[in-house]
Amino acid sequence: MDSFENIFNDYTWEEISDNIYSKTAFDVEKALINQGKNTLEDFAALLSPAAAPFLEELAAQSHEITQKRFGHTVQMYIPMYLSNECQNICTYCGFSLDNKILRTTLTDKQILDEVAAIKQYGYDHILLVSGEAHKTVGTDYFVNAIRLIKPYFSNISMEVQPLAQEEYEILASEGVYSVLVYQETYRKENYKEYHPKGKKSNFLYRLDTPERLGRAEIHKIGLGVLLGLEDWRVDSWFCALHLDYLRRKYWKTKYSISFPRLRPAVGLPAPDSHITDKELVQLICAYRLFDENIELSLSTRESAKFRDNVISLGITSISAGSKTDPGGYASDEHALEQFEIDDSRTPFEVADAIRNKGYEPVWKDWEMLKK
Amino acid sequence: MRLYSNKQRVTNMDKLIIAGKEFSSRLFLGTGKFGSNKLMHEAIVVSGSEMVTVALKRLNINEENDDLLAGILGPSITLLPNTSGVRTAKEAVFAAKLAREALETNWLKLEIHPDPRYLLPDPIETLKAAEELVKEGFIVLPYINADPVLCKRLEEVGTAAVMPLGSPIGSNKGLQTKAMLEIIIAQSNIPVIIDAGIGAPSHATEAMEMGADAVLVNTAIAVAGNPIQMAEAFKLALIAGRMAYLSGLGKQTLKAVASSPLTAFLTE
Repeated sequence: MDSFENIFNDYTWEEISDNIYSKTAFDVEKALINQGKNTLEDFAALLSPAAAPFLEELAAQSHEITQKRFGHTVQMYIPMYLSNECQNICTYCGFSLDNKILRTTLTDKQILDEVAAIKQYGYDHILLVSGEAHKTVGTDYFVNAIRLIKPYFSNISMEVQPLAQEEYEILASEGVYSVLVYQETYRKENYKEYHPKGKKSNFLYRLDTPERLGRAEIHKIGLGVLLGLEDWRVDSWFCALHLDYLRRKYWKTKYSISFPRLRPAVGLPAPDSHITDKELVQLICAYRLFDENIELSLSTRESAKFRDNVISLGITSISAGSKTDPGGYASDEHALEQFEIDDSRTPFEVADAIRNKGYEPVWKDWEMLKK
Repeated sequence: MRLYSNKQRVTNMDKLIIAGKEFSSRLFLGTGKFGSNKLMHEAIVVSGSEMVTVALKRLNINEENDDLLAGILGPSITLLPNTSGVRTAKEAVFAAKLAREALETNWLKLEIHPDPRYLLPDPIETLKAAEELVKEGFIVLPYINADPVLCKRLEEVGTAAVMPLGSPIGSNKGLQTKAMLEIIIAQSNIPVIIDAGIGAPSHATEAMEMGADAVLVNTAIAVAGNPIQMAEAFKLALIAGRMAYLSGLGKQTLKAVASSPLTAFLTE
């Protein structure tokens, strides 16, 4: 059976990097003319430093395409952290095994307390998040959590450790709509430096995860790279290669891209920010020109000002009022966050900001047919 | 500038009848992509539309006062729930029953698009679901590709209308499937509603001139700079197109036709 690994192995990091950095204004102009029908070569041009002077044109096209496809709407979701137990060491993450923080996994009661707190804001789409602790927070735990949560939400997404195809099939049959799994970096040679210990250190297993999700017929697969680890341009190109492979093969599946930019976390040195605000806008717009239909998502890691402005440039889905520690909505003790959030406005405030921009916040856009 | 007030009827327009129900307006509206529910509501009122579709998945069917629904409902509006989001006939039937129960209507726009990118309808699943839903007592309006044979097959299983697409949904490309639409209109015994791709009032006029029974518009109005004025523009465009159709359009021809034919002397 063909797999993304075979395609991935056809390219080297250096070759793609050279290609991106050799792009010229001519290549960028050509890509801009191909509006909405961009190839991976066009995407390389739009990601390149050569595209920086064209940012306004790029933004104008992205705005137009997004508006035509998604209208004046923004989808609203909220993350709920189920657990911060984790058997992995990841050099950038607050949940890393070697980070001496208090570990918590929510009990049934705590889950329902979180649900009650979240429902006050009017949310109907929820994203369940965990670290990677298979023994305590495995498929059985997730199924139990989903059954508790299901009566209160129309749409359940998950951002948890990579699982087997059969496990994804179970979650799909329980009503899970989408699963997000970021490769973090496609630079295979350096992947292990960031992920020295735990199941996550297996680069290829992670790389194959969207494939297992596709086979399990999950409705939506979320992809992304961690911005701030390796060169964001090269990493994003590989992510687009992955997307291109998947969208041809699993044509019934929706896709989304997230833009997690490294944020400070308790017990970790501050990350070097490798991508500026301007560059992040360039990246968002480049994705939009590469795929008219893809959902682009931005979390509360980003500032209020930045978020308010990018919804008209291509972002179609945002969270608001997020807590990144398990139990954070119902309890006032916050000592265990995965990362610090920047946009700390309440969901109501964010919804008002969206309306002030002439957009409608959409809280419900799914109906679970098997409650 | 308003050529017609909202209530004024154009007297020499004929009525559209679907499943025994009369409609004065041939403009059907979709409810996605609007910047606010208020804007959507005003656009619906100004358009004069009497048939408005809404995705079941967007509605809080368990709540008494759903904002979106409140913006649609009106005394002259027939609510047309749609099954957007389903991928199979089985899911469509399930969603249809949910919609019927929650919204107390057996009208249904059947949409099955397993492809989430272009939202192109699955003909096989649609035919399967239509057959079952008709038996279950639904008034089924299926969204389909512009396939004349499929339209006849749907008519045979008892759908109340067919809704072939003009071009991919949201594309604003107009009647790219025109050659097929002409055949569908020519041989249909049930109303033909052109559903997707209508991007400008002129496209809607063209559909009416061809003899389509109605058009459904969403993106072109919702995403317009001024959705309310665009809703009115579509209203007028449909009236113009239908009037032209009823008046009998002159045939288009490439050659000039002499008003005094060259062979007239033969009959003199």
